[in-house]
Amino acid sequence: MADTLLSLRGLTKAYPGVVANDDISFDIRVGEVHALLGENGAGKSTLVKMIYGLVKPDKGEMTLGGAPYVPAEPKAARASGVSMVFQHFSLFEALSVAENVALGMENPPKTRDLAKQIRDVSENYGLPLDPFRIVGTLSAGERQRVEIIRCLLQKPRLLIMDEPTSVLTPQEVEILFATLRKLSAEGTAILYISHKLEEIRALCDHATILRLGKKVATCTPADSTARELGELMVGSSFASPVARNHASGAVLLEVQNLTLPAPGAFGTPLRGISFSVKAGEVLGLGGVAGNGQDELLAALSGERLSDPGSVTLKGTDVSRAAPMARRDAGLLSAPEERLGHAAAPAMSLIENGLLTAARREGLVSGGFVNWAKARLFAEKVIKDFDVRTPSPGTAAGALSGGNLQKFVIGREILQRPDVLVVNQPTWGVDAAAAAAIRQSLLDLAAKGAAIIVISQDLDELMEVSDRFGALNEGRLSTIRPVAELNMEQIGLMMGGAHDMEVAHVA
Amino acid sequence: MDLSSINPILLIASIMISATPILLAAIGEMVVEKAGVLNLGVEGMMITGAVVGFATAVSTGSPALGFMAAALAAAVLSLSFGILTQILLSNQVATGLGLTLVGLGLSALIGKPYEGMKTPTMAKLDIPILGDIPVLGRMLFSHDPMVYVSLFLVLAVWAVLKYTRAGLILRAVGESHDAAHALGYKVIRIRMMAIFFGGACAGLGGAYLSLVRVPQWTEGMTAGSGWIALAIVVFASWRAERVLIGAYLFGGVTVLQLNLQAAGVKVPVEILSMSPYLITILVLVIISARGAHGAPASLGRPFHASS
Repeated sequence: MADTLLSLRGLTKAYPGVVANDDISFDIRVGEVHALLGENGAGKSTLVKMIYGLVKPDKGEMTLGGAPYVPAEPKAARASGVSMVFQHFSLFEALSVAENVALGMENPPKTRDLAKQIRDVSENYGLPLDPFRIVGTLSAGERQRVEIIRCLLQKPRLLIMDEPTSVLTPQEVEILFATLRKLSAEGTAILYISHKLEEIRALCDHATILRLGKKVATCTPADSTARELGELMVGSSFASPVARNHASGAVLLEVQNLTLPAPGAFGTPLRGISFSVKAGEVLGLGGVAGNGQDELLAALSGERLSDPGSVTLKGTDVSRAAPMARRDAGLLSAPEERLGHAAAPAMSLIENGLLTAARREGLVSGGFVNWAKARLFAEKVIKDFDVRTPSPGTAAGALSGGNLQKFVIGREILQRPDVLVVNQPTWGVDAAAAAAIRQSLLDLAAKGAAIIVISQDLDELMEVSDRFGALNEGRLSTIRPVAELNMEQIGLMMGGAHDMEVAHVA
Repeated sequence: MDLSSINPILLIASIMISATPILLAAIGEMVVEKAGVLNLGVEGMMITGAVVGFATAVSTGSPALGFMAAALAAAVLSLSFGILTQILLSNQVATGLGLTLVGLGLSALIGKPYEGMKTPTMAKLDIPILGDIPVLGRMLFSHDPMVYVSLFLVLAVWAVLKYTRAGLILRAVGESHDAAHALGYKVIRIRMMAIFFGGACAGLGGAYLSLVRVPQWTEGMTAGSGWIALAIVVFASWRAERVLIGAYLFGGVTVLQLNLQAAGVKVPVEILSMSPYLITILVLVIISARGAHGAPASLGRPFHASS
């Protein structure tokens, strides 16, 4: 056991009403890449927060390199050689790269020396980065590099990575893996949190699987299939979406040369986007976050108006029509940001249902709300889409992300749209629920609707789409049938390859 | 109309005096807002500083002690805002407005016995060589020490925010308190310190009104200076050098229009009286419309370290 770096024994943490971690024990060895697998709510985040000193365990102990390890705060964890790259980047958008790095260090050197160190490390590990750029102008992949470099400058013994690939292109993932392998060869242990099974099989030496707060297994991922790992994670087998016969009809939505300026300092302009979607067809639009996805959704939903003639719905120009008019005409949408954009957090599910369905479902008459009908509609969404909520009167903000997502998507699908635009439909949703949402999108298409799925999850796009296009800096690539594509072509379409280089192996 | 009655040397000198209270309050509020807290109680803290400073100076005979007491009193008052908004998570806008009302009422109560009294004046600094320069000497270098303290504070705030780690951490907390918390910074403690500093600065600004500029105590004597300080912070895009420009512009136009009124210019008094507000806001809007606005991203958002 001489090469054990971090050892967890019986870690337990309870929150009111839920045991987040129940008696968890495992070891991480020096220089290994150890995966932590589990669905949302399985307790991965809580466990990692305990290791990083953000949360104190109720019971259990940890040893680091043989000595007792009780980090009182992240500072203590960093001093002991434990660093973490967060899932939602803990970066400051208005500050420069160097300032962001300095904030994560205990005793940062002078800015000029720090900038040189950043250049050296980024060169060495193949993560090119300009220390004086403002973080708000960087892409998601570049932001992640800032976090990684911030950690590497402190020469960690254990690097924790929370879902690092969820926002990267396939090429960027390759670069990241090369960096992680190099680090691991140099003796840095990596705790890699993910629910992407193929990645874990490709990268990790060992995997610990959590389910509902308990450890269910520690195994060697290379020896298991993705299906086996997935079933350990979920606890039962789940249905993959069924392929459907492909029949597409008339063009329902046509977008021609859609051009819009950037909405704000950190937004993306749309540059000459053209495409069309037919009845019964699913168009998948991929791309790394921040390349115009939100802006495109806003232009299609009617939140932002565009030049006449750029958006045509069933032969009628709706470019200058507001969201309500487009909804009346059958063009519905579900944006990515659940709280505050797709749903009003403090309002009940009934009220949230009413907000988009009022007119299509006839929930309002003569200016008065028909609450009985509104409740029935909310209850139907809850039942049909298996939304787990105490009642339809519960505030949207009180639901877990996955359940609210099911409600938001279900609410639109039940309004029988002719064209549905969804952005990140299964973001933060567990595997079984994600499969259900994808299936319902496919069912809707089978009934003759045209669907546009904007997503950063390529596996998802490959599964549901008939044709695929990628957004890059507000431009849309040529759209091609999914059947003809392989991962490499998709990566090139996403255009993330231009500033990539593989790690210089020293 | 007799414009020759306006003496340019006295004009510039009185502009500096007129601008100082707003400058002090605005630079303090800028630090508070840079840390992500919106304290609308500047007016209340200023007038508390004005009355406490006046009362202390009258009873001790020392204006310097008056300024210290004013800073302390306003800072302690601002801590009540800090405890309510940062620890008890009350709404910052409502609490700040409440702070202004409390300050106005409290100051009227404390100040009642002091109405009509005179305070000992603060000795002007006699800067040896600079003060003897013919015109500039009287214009710029023969004021009371607080004028120079306020200018030094602007310089210090600018340098600390730009060049020091403490300033970087303060900006980081105002930019994203969640990210700062994840890195292990004590968000609430840092914000409390910023609020305390902002309170002390507002107190100094208020005391400058009652001890130097007027100098006597009248109820409600701040007359909106705190609100102008707040507006200057916003229109100055949260930058120290622009706060300085804004405060001096406002002070300048205020003094100029008084001089013009005295000289009998044929412009309605109402227009002259509103001109400092209009011109200050107009100029700062033009400045801030050109560049990035740079509002701290977490400004006014409540922070709770939930796990």
